Amino acid sequence: MFSFDLLLDAVAIGVLLGCFYAAVSLGLSLSFGLLDVPHVAHPAFLVMASYGVYFLNENYGIDPLLAGLLITPLLFVFGLVAYRIYYETFEKRGSDAGVRGIAFFFGVAFIIEVLLILQFGVDQRSVTASYIGKAWRIGDMRIPFRLLVAFAVAAALTILLTLYLSRTFMGRAIRAVAQDQEALRLMGANPIRIKQWAFGIATAVLGIAGALLIIVAPVEPTLDRSYIGRTFCVVVMAGLGSMAGTLVAAIILGVAETIVLTLFGASWAPAVSFGMLLAVLAVRPQGLFGRRS
Amino acid sequence: MKRRTFLGGTIAVTTLGLASRVDAQQPPIKIGMSMPQTGGLAGGGKASLLGIEIWRDDVNAKGGLLGRKVELVVYDDKSSASETPAIYSKLLDVDKVDLLFAPYATVPTAPIMPLVKQRGLLLMGNFSFQVNSKVQHDMWFNNAPWGPPDSWPDSFLEIAQKAGAKSVAFLSADQEFAQNLVVIAREVAKKRNMPVVFDQAYPPSTVEFSSIVRALKAAKPDVVYVSSYPPDSAGILRAVNEIGIGDNVKVFGGGMVGLQFGAVMENMGSLLNGVVNYNSWLPEPKMYYEGTKEFFDKYTKRAVEAKVDPLGYYLAPFGYASGQLVEAAVKAVGSFDQKAIAKYLHEHEMQTIVGPMSFGPDGERKENAVLQAQFRGIVDKNIEQFRSPGKQVILFPEKLKSGDLITPFEAARK
Repeated sequence: MFSFDLLLDAVAIGVLLGCFYAAVSLGLSLSFGLLDVPHVAHPAFLVMASYGVYFLNENYGIDPLLAGLLITPLLFVFGLVAYRIYYETFEKRGSDAGVRGIAFFFGVAFIIEVLLILQFGVDQRSVTASYIGKAWRIGDMRIPFRLLVAFAVAAALTILLTLYLSRTFMGRAIRAVAQDQEALRLMGANPIRIKQWAFGIATAVLGIAGALLIIVAPVEPTLDRSYIGRTFCVVVMAGLGSMAGTLVAAIILGVAETIVLTLFGASWAPAVSFGMLLAVLAVRPQGLFGRRS
Repeated sequence: MKRRTFLGGTIAVTTLGLASRVDAQQPPIKIGMSMPQTGGLAGGGKASLLGIEIWRDDVNAKGGLLGRKVELVVYDDKSSASETPAIYSKLLDVDKVDLLFAPYATVPTAPIMPLVKQRGLLLMGNFSFQVNSKVQHDMWFNNAPWGPPDSWPDSFLEIAQKAGAKSVAFLSADQEFAQNLVVIAREVAKKRNMPVVFDQAYPPSTVEFSSIVRALKAAKPDVVYVSSYPPDSAGILRAVNEIGIGDNVKVFGGGMVGLQFGAVMENMGSLLNGVVNYNSWLPEPKMYYEGTKEFFDKYTKRAVEAKVDPLGYYLAPFGYASGQLVEAAVKAVGSFDQKAIAKYLHEHEMQTIVGPMSFGPDGERKENAVLQAQFRGIVDKNIEQFRSPGKQVILFPEKLKSGDLITPFEAARK
């Protein structure tokens, strides 16, 4: 049964949900999109960050967003170490590093899952904050505050990352290493150190993204599996490495999913999302905002 | 004289000791099972196993079964259906167990049903749903309180109709168990002449339920039957809390999995208020039978060490009850003959810590003993509150009722 109110509601919720998808995909856009690292452990890193936020919120009553910021430096260091191990053991060794790299990151994801189960158990965990469980009322429409928080934070993260990559020396170096690693080496720069730094940034972003994940819904150790398809879909549809494109692609995905959920039946939602990805790749193989190589 | 007294005393003490303890000369009775100790069903599996272990310790302290010590042989089935056939073959052919208990839940149990039927073995079921409906094994006994297959949604819709509900909405996870449940619920609604105004299945990967709840609200149903899994149950209740569900909804809930486990209930806190949902055991006055309180005293202490559900209401006492059923039947028939034990279980009503149990020809409980209870006065982040009566008021069955329904749902949430 079609209703204009329902459609409007679905679009509004879809935009907010899309911003949340963007926030959890931005790190991957950097690591996979720009650096070409097959980072399938990205969602596991994200869930691990959520547990860090949960720990600080549960034990010290720290607001989830603030807790996300507090763990950011730790995640940055974790990212630096993870990339160095990946580089030394896989990337450095040859042309088939990509395939072996996927195995490496799958292994890391499983180890993280097991460690989380051992430490926190198999049950769901959630956080408390003043903006969770309340909604903003506009006429008949009610918008959950937690989704508004996700919207604001995703927008801020996208702007910050775009500015960082375009206006700072290190940001421009990261873009350069993504375009031509050899040229950078010939100019006397160490591309591996730049890639390591970029991977650290991609992991650090997960502090705040992990906070959003546990603000939007409870988390459990194996939740990462639900996000592998979704985050890669957003990044590939956006065009590898485009931060603004990631936000737009995630919003398109969020709106499409929500309209289908609301008006056409929920079972179709995943098929429509991935159907859209295939359609975009058929028309623009480089993604919505990617450059033609 | 002194020497004679000492000798006589020694003989007497030794004789008494031998009579009251397990006979060390006879080999132990081995009860074999798999249990989900990792994977999605691990939370329930571990609590259920602890219940069975408490029974083992109690029965051994009383002298064992027919003078033989009870020993459990347990393997982790990782919550997977693909693991259990090999585990049960090993239990029978390598470990040579004397009796079999089924693992917790439907999925790991279903694949072992043909094996036990083929070999003509007794199997004590553990909270599976309709696994014997096609196999028709006459030595299967399910400890779960389900009763006839339609009784679960029927009692929920009966409560709703009594509260004046006419139309019904169904919201269900697109997974086997939830879909089985909602298929039966649709048939019950048809029998009760309740028109279905909303019927949607959502994929298990759904993150945000706001738009689904908004669409459900627009359909203006009188009763909402939800058949969901733990991660979704939390998302649905959170969206209902934020979006609202409408003043015309009289009863909300029904088949929400997860709302029976301590950690999940603690997480959801006040979001649970007003929800009417199924359960198996609750700390309400009429739920205590001989040995129930003693069991929970032991469970509460051991749950901390075992790192399992601190409440353990849903599964643990039924694990203990499975042991009690075998214990009573073995003592009555005076042997471990599985056919004789099965015959006795079919023909007699047994007393357990979760109440009397009797079984129909299909091995399911004769009566529907599934509780429908309404959450009341729940506050956030406090697991201890669930130990008090009055937090989950029993509305069904009539003989165990501990209060009346508060309706409509929006009023019950306050």
